[in-house]
Amino acid sequence: MKMIQKTGLVLFLIGLGAFILIPFFGSYSIDEALVRANTKDIHQEKMAEILAPMYGETYSSNFAFLGAFGENFNSYNDKLKDQALWDQVIWDDYRFALAKAAVSSPVTENPWHFLFLSIGLAVLGGLLYNLPSHAGEPEGIKNNGIFHSSMKAKGWLGMLTGSFLILFYIVLYWYPAFMVNLVWMVNPISEMLSGNPASQWFLYGLIYTLAIIVMGIRMFRKYRGNKYQQLRTASVMFFQTAFAFLIPEILVLLNQPYFDFKNIWPLDYDFFYDYQIDTFLSSGGVGMFMLIWGILLIIIGVPVFTYFFGKRWYCSWVCGCGGLAETVGDPFRQLSDKSVKAWKYERVIIHSVLVLAVVMTAITIANYFSGFSFLGNVTNQLHSFYGFAIGSAFAGVVGTGFYPFMGNRVWCRFGCPLAAYLGIVQRFKSRFRITTNGGQCISCGNCSTYCEMGIDVRAYAQKGQNIVRSSCVGCGVCSAVCPRGVLKLENGPEDGRINELPIIIGNNSIKLNV
Amino acid sequence: MSSNHHVVIIGNGIAGITCARHLRKLDDRVKITVISGESTYFFSRTALMYVYMGHMKFEHIQPYENWFWEKNRIELKEGWVNNVDFSTKNIEFKTGEKLAYDELVIASGSKSNKFEWPGQDLKGVQGLYSKQDLELMEESTKEGVQRAVIVGGGLIGIEMAEMLAYKKIPVTFLVREIGFWDNVLPKEESQLVGRHIREHHIDLKLETELQEIIGDSEGKVKAVRTKSGEEIPCQFVGLTAGVTPNIDFLRNSELDLNRGVKVDLSFQTNIPNVYAIGDCAEFHQPPASDRRPIEQVWYTGRMHGETLAHTLAGKKLQYQPGIWFNSAKFLDIEYQTYGTVPPTWDSEKTQSFYWEHSGGKVAFRMLMDISGIILGVNNFGFRLRHEFFDKAIQEKWEASKVISSLEKANFDPEFFAPYYIEIQKAFKDQFGGDFTITKKSFIQKLFGARV
Repeated sequence: MKMIQKTGLVLFLIGLGAFILIPFFGSYSIDEALVRANTKDIHQEKMAEILAPMYGETYSSNFAFLGAFGENFNSYNDKLKDQALWDQVIWDDYRFALAKAAVSSPVTENPWHFLFLSIGLAVLGGLLYNLPSHAGEPEGIKNNGIFHSSMKAKGWLGMLTGSFLILFYIVLYWYPAFMVNLVWMVNPISEMLSGNPASQWFLYGLIYTLAIIVMGIRMFRKYRGNKYQQLRTASVMFFQTAFAFLIPEILVLLNQPYFDFKNIWPLDYDFFYDYQIDTFLSSGGVGMFMLIWGILLIIIGVPVFTYFFGKRWYCSWVCGCGGLAETVGDPFRQLSDKSVKAWKYERVIIHSVLVLAVVMTAITIANYFSGFSFLGNVTNQLHSFYGFAIGSAFAGVVGTGFYPFMGNRVWCRFGCPLAAYLGIVQRFKSRFRITTNGGQCISCGNCSTYCEMGIDVRAYAQKGQNIVRSSCVGCGVCSAVCPRGVLKLENGPEDGRINELPIIIGNNSIKLNV
Repeated sequence: MSSNHHVVIIGNGIAGITCARHLRKLDDRVKITVISGESTYFFSRTALMYVYMGHMKFEHIQPYENWFWEKNRIELKEGWVNNVDFSTKNIEFKTGEKLAYDELVIASGSKSNKFEWPGQDLKGVQGLYSKQDLELMEESTKEGVQRAVIVGGGLIGIEMAEMLAYKKIPVTFLVREIGFWDNVLPKEESQLVGRHIREHHIDLKLETELQEIIGDSEGKVKAVRTKSGEEIPCQFVGLTAGVTPNIDFLRNSELDLNRGVKVDLSFQTNIPNVYAIGDCAEFHQPPASDRRPIEQVWYTGRMHGETLAHTLAGKKLQYQPGIWFNSAKFLDIEYQTYGTVPPTWDSEKTQSFYWEHSGGKVAFRMLMDISGIILGVNNFGFRLRHEFFDKAIQEKWEASKVISSLEKANFDPEFFAPYYIEIQKAFKDQFGGDFTITKKSFIQKLFGARV
């Protein structure tokens, strides 16, 4: 069994290595026809002229090609900027489209081979590693050795992994032109699903989904015998694969708008952007349905489901960010900060993001209905600020890149505006709570340690107090790791849900608490 | 109380710390000092094993952040107490330093039992109670241990076995009795745990007594010999045959001691203004018919501490334990108990209902008096609600009433197998009773785990 797991690990590392090397393969060359084919009509003439010095040259790497592109393009743009000719500046970023068209490499020739060699081997390796894990052991959750592990306890391996993830997100969001080979590699799959060539987002969506599936299988193995964990893991795997990945692609194949039916504003922050609204309104009945569905989720879905089940119905059963956190992120859940200080920061930051998202959206809608007379294009700048700071930097780079540093729910805990909204409902109007089992707590700390949201669960459990916290995503791991059967996630009457002065039963000397 | 009134607590375990915390809640002015040589900050003793196994770091088993003590003006004094001069109300530390008190609480806990076995002080031989014991065990098992032997089949013994198993050290587990922890568990439960120990490849040897521990020329353990003459080579020996009050520093004083510090039900010793709580206190009379004079459990320590805090704050309280409860985890199997379930009983006076799942890892026992009133329950492998049984036992419910509402008592997570239905069926078969067996909900049928 160990042999299979070791093989899996080696295959995974080969796949990862290939994934890192593939962007550097091949050579890049462009001509005028190619430039014209990949630029907007209004920029075709200018771009063809700007890039003329590059025609006939062959660049041996992505760095060389993008370097030359930058020199030519920037010298044109910078001159205009110096002269404050803002309307003539080309704001569009053509690097990705041109690099993708310009590259000629073994990867573009044989995408399937390279797909197998990189992502394929990594997935196969991951499966070989995860499927036999805990084989031959009796059922039960083993957190053995987690704090002796370099990967899981902020050792060098964790630091390296975190740094790699951060780098990956930076390239993905801001320098995708460097990874066009990787995008070529998944082109055939994209063509099969949507009929369109792949973008970096398709590549990301595919990796994301596969990661959730492979690490979801790890969850099945680790939490054997815990049906709650099994079901909620199966649920996030399903919603990611079907709702976030396949259905939107198939919608495109059917000439409908790309739409993730489970994504909810304000996490889905561009839902009310003018171009989105235009898309919905111009797509007939289906578009209208999407618009209404999205609004219903916000105003009815969130409060009603959260009232009955707590925010867990979304955060640890449906959400894509939650799905990644609960599968890929599970090995890092113990790294969340449990201090009261962290809780204070959390409340300020997450609610600030919520306010920002709401204000931004309100301005956008007002602007839209006033026919852009209200603020003109100012909303675009607001959108790009939010997209950069919150959508990309916070949710992506910090949200996932910081798994090995600050635990798997950094984004969900400190940043997600939808989590803030769900949390407010959960805190003030919900039937959900975690109950503590009388006096059985021994203050061991497993619950707090393994709470990914950094809730000091023990502080409540040892007092015999229900846990009612806006941040709790209801993952159920506190209950799972409790050695004395103290914690239970429950939906029940609102009456007595919050007990401020609990008495620990079992001591008849104490009748009233102080 | 005046602000220069000084309460000193020896020991920062669960009893001492609970006492300090509640005293601060009740009295804003009194000066509180807690003394410990073991660790600066309060930690959960029951969680030491998890630090060894890498589930947590030591800081994680400290239930309060470090600023908590200063904020609540509970002074923490590090040091080992050498002796107490009760006549001048002074504590003398090993360093010679002195500390005066107005009221003294002795909460010095326990130490591991050693029964004068030959070789019990060799290197590599130890108990597991304190932080220092844990550190010693980490050091002694770092390398070169091909086999470990554990002597004494109780809760600490099985914890130590699990810890060593984490390090992949083969374990031989010597238990003097015919079943694991059979001075507490009835036969079936004891066998259930015994099977599970063996499932984890721990070599459980029942009815095996330690004769001597054999050392090598460097004074390190190299083997143990049992009473039957078997010699088991080993490089580590865990002595886990129970604990005894840690009160040697109080011997030869005017304080009335037996095994523990003798106290009445208000934790008052024979010396005014001196109290003892937790593991080290020994009641003149057991506090209830099903209790022992020395209570060495986490929960009782907590209750002692909370109760005494009221007395120290001027509202004298007597210790009145409620319905007994306890819990443990035997490797992967959780155990809870509510009420009175002794290991054996007189079948003339007591009836027993026992159900065990065919997998042999989930079990439920309920004892009833002859008229069918619930006395207590044991449950293994699934969770039951404390509040439910506290009420049912206190209010002397009919057993069939308890069983019929067992769904409400269930504390397992959602979608877990509804063992309570099987228990209801089994009870109805054996004892009859006019109740309907709970039906699975639709969601449970669709998604829930099967029995």
